[in-house]
Amino acid sequence: MIEVKNLVKKYGDKVAVNNVSFTVNEGEILGFLGPNGAGKSTTMNIITGYLSSTSGTVTIDGCEILDDPKGAKSKIGYLPEIPPLYQDMTVKRYLEFVYDLKRVTLPRKEHLAEVCKVTKITDVYGRVIKNLSKGYRQRVGFAQALIGNPPVIILDEPTVGLDPKQIIEMRNLIRGLGKKHTVILSSHVLSEIQAVCDRIVVINNGQLVADESTEEITTNFTGMKRIQLHIDGNDNTVLMTLRDVDGVTRVRKVMRTIDGFTEYIVESKAENDVRKAIFRAMAKVDCPIVMMRNAEVSLEDAFLRITAGETQVNRKGGR
Amino acid sequence: MSAIYKRELNAYFTSPIAYVVYAVASFFAGLLFVATVLEGDTSDMTYLFRNMTTIIIMMIPILTMKLFSEEKNKKTEQGLLTAPVNLLQIVMGKISAAVTVYALLMVLFIIYALIISFFVTPSWVLIGSNILGLLLFGTTLIAIDTFISSLTESQVIAAILSIGAGLLLTSISMFKNMVDIDFVNDIIDSIEMMGRYENFTLGMVKFSDVIFFLSISVLFIFFTIKVLERRRWN
Repeated sequence: MIEVKNLVKKYGDKVAVNNVSFTVNEGEILGFLGPNGAGKSTTMNIITGYLSSTSGTVTIDGCEILDDPKGAKSKIGYLPEIPPLYQDMTVKRYLEFVYDLKRVTLPRKEHLAEVCKVTKITDVYGRVIKNLSKGYRQRVGFAQALIGNPPVIILDEPTVGLDPKQIIEMRNLIRGLGKKHTVILSSHVLSEIQAVCDRIVVINNGQLVADESTEEITTNFTGMKRIQLHIDGNDNTVLMTLRDVDGVTRVRKVMRTIDGFTEYIVESKAENDVRKAIFRAMAKVDCPIVMMRNAEVSLEDAFLRITAGETQVNRKGGR
Repeated sequence: MSAIYKRELNAYFTSPIAYVVYAVASFFAGLLFVATVLEGDTSDMTYLFRNMTTIIIMMIPILTMKLFSEEKNKKTEQGLLTAPVNLLQIVMGKISAAVTVYALLMVLFIIYALIISFFVTPSWVLIGSNILGLLLFGTTLIAIDTFISSLTESQVIAAILSIGAGLLLTSISMFKNMVDIDFVNDIIDSIEMMGRYENFTLGMVKFSDVIFFLSISVLFIFFTIKVLERRRWN
């Protein structure tokens, strides 16, 4: 449904998006994940035709965004990071304007009523947008994207600034969309994407660093154990010894602690318990362990690890 | 285009902008009318029309300043530029809304003509050519000022630059012959708006003058589209 190929966007010398490719299949909800400033919004702006890429192509349901911008744009409903709302208009007037702008042919009154019902803004239909709360404004922005029932919906950080209850409502809304639409959803919060998306694309510094199903990403990064250690001893000796311990998959020196020791993070497969082995190995090289505890592995850690580029994640899906 | 046109027109009349422009413009036009026509005991409105340009140079930037700068500033342009409409339709929608608001101001002169008609039969042809001239003059300024609005995010800067551009274009003939270079004077001659406008106030509707105003409008519509296009690539 959506095909992004070798997308590059340069601002002068700065490369904002560097050779990003992925595809989104019909009816799929794709999570677009990355830290702030990674190039998420730029990529989305290119997909929707707001910006032009330096090179690379974007095809929406067979329409190339540069060759047939009207065709491609008419297939997309877009909610940018800042909803494009005219503050002085009432919700009704604004949605009617969007309806006219997009040249929708569906029966006007019924269609707008349905969109309002789905996004739960019927009770503010007659109010002026600038007087609405942030949550309502976001939903009006969402409604605007849904007008005309476009097959592709692109949402740029749709839950930013919402309260927890609204976030849950928004998630349910997006999940509901997935049945009838192809959705791209960007966020820098992994748990949010995990809750609604079938597949996750991770972007960092303008580059694609992972493209996997949500399940894979979760098991890849939660199927391990992590131990936090404070050890007294020479850095190299400690690192070498820890790496040699059976079952240890990864060792990282974190920092110097206040009391003069060094903190390490040791990772192992979930099924291996390496604590005793570490104790013995450290005793052998005379590097006393002054603290050892289990550290939680969260999805946020996984996310940070992927975006920090520390591990090689196998790339597939859109490739 | 019609969606954008309707929205802009609505924005003019749901905010105070259109009313303020009408109020100020008709106040000064009224003063001029009383002072030159009624007090002067004449049916000749030429003086009134000639002096309207100064008022219009001040008023049109108020109509055009927000057209693109506000969209950029409030990020609403993202909605327009990702909608299935092309840039020409966006620019034309906005400009024609401003022209509509401006054209409604011409009703004022028809009222003045009706007032004159109580005393003496006015020269309708002359009034018609005056109104046509003022319409073309204003439309050209709207196109230029819309272009200026597309260059900046700030409405204030757009308004000030627009007033400056209007004043320069109408007073440029004063600078003629200041330099002794034919080439420069030729340029000044060819972009000078007042002389062409004055032909209309004398009742002379010249085809070349009409084309002059229309072609400048088209040129600045084209420039505006280029500015919007260029922004996509940066």
